[in-house]
Amino acid sequence: MAAKLAYIFFSMILVNNYVLVKFLGICPFLGVSKKLDSAFGMSCAVIFVMTLATAVTWPVQQLLDTFGLGYLQTIVFILIIAVLVQLVEVIMKKYMPPLHKALGVYLPLITTNCAVLGVTILNIDNGYNFAESIFCALGAGFGFMLAMVLFSGVRKRLEDAKPPKCFEGLPITLVAAAFTSISFMGFGGIIENIFKV
Amino acid sequence: MSKENSKLSYLTNGIIKENPVLRLVLGTCPTLAVTTAAFNGLGMGLAATFVLICSNIAISALRKVIPDKVRLPAYITVIATFVTIVQMLVQAYVQDLYSALGVYLPLIVVNCIILGRAEMFASKHNVVESALDGLGMGIGFTFTLLLMSSVREILGNGSLFGITIIPEQIDRISIMTTPPGGFLTFGMLMALVIFLETKMGQKKKRAIGCEGCPSAANCQSKGACN
Repeated sequence: MAAKLAYIFFSMILVNNYVLVKFLGICPFLGVSKKLDSAFGMSCAVIFVMTLATAVTWPVQQLLDTFGLGYLQTIVFILIIAVLVQLVEVIMKKYMPPLHKALGVYLPLITTNCAVLGVTILNIDNGYNFAESIFCALGAGFGFMLAMVLFSGVRKRLEDAKPPKCFEGLPITLVAAAFTSISFMGFGGIIENIFKV
Repeated sequence: MSKENSKLSYLTNGIIKENPVLRLVLGTCPTLAVTTAAFNGLGMGLAATFVLICSNIAISALRKVIPDKVRLPAYITVIATFVTIVQMLVQAYVQDLYSALGVYLPLIVVNCIILGRAEMFASKHNVVESALDGLGMGIGFTFTLLLMSSVREILGNGSLFGITIIPEQIDRISIMTTPPGGFLTFGMLMALVIFLETKMGQKKKRAIGCEGCPSAANCQSKGACN
């Protein structure tokens, strides 16, 4: 059991990295990765919301299945995430002002982040149980953080580079993302062998 | 005459001038994820176009009924409804596409092109104009996906729509169908478009961050992306 959970966690970070391999959450990856501290803050908020959303949507899916309403999944999940984000923001503002100050600004951005909806739906599609879903969400969140932090370093270097005129700005950033993504391809197969799953 | 022209311009606007992917930089996630084969790219484009037209029509028809304060949740619910319909249709009639698109089909809900058009266009224009805008944006999106997926399928797999067009003797560039190939193709395509724009003197500033974001006007996180 522990090996399975560890396998899910680490493969979500390295092999199935949400940003660089599955292309979920590209907007914040390109938008918020300019500075290290905002990349880190955004990632913390994503980890938090992903885990919380999974903890809520997993039981809800069981409820939907019992009543044969599985087809409502998409609508119900997106609304749950939207409400959850609002709720977290209100609670955080009231009871945890320092945390709200650090993460609050990133929270509303997360509602329409495909990584959060993606992880909740993929957990159901993969048939994970509750514990596995939580570890999958945590892994996806930390994988997002790893990609963001690594890429903010890459972008710092890019600022000093002088690419051809038509590559300036977004195109060269995308090409750099391609090379960051290639480095993650190298992890394929490693995790399976370590945990012998 | 001018009236007819402006109607037409709503339609053509999305195809080149405000191409959602290449000029507005919206909907990046599906653009990168599903363009491994031309069939998937086309399918994704058509599914999104359907949702875009329907949600634009519904939101435009309801624009005077929806209170301003709760408009974003209302838009999301409308969009999610149409996405569910598309999911059911694709699952019933195009099983191959359903398994190929996987999680990206329900994720049309959070495709920022659709929410962006609802917010920027459908909430301010009448039903016919919104439908035309949805159709135009949809064609622009589908065209871009088709272009990108064709390039990736030809280079990476030597085929187009599953039909081999490059002889077996020539090696495939298999990285093109893997995730890094997606980033690379998109970057190259974007550079090409910028190159052509500069040649024609119609350069458009591409902003990642608040400037380019459709929800910037009422975003509580203003400035976080800059």
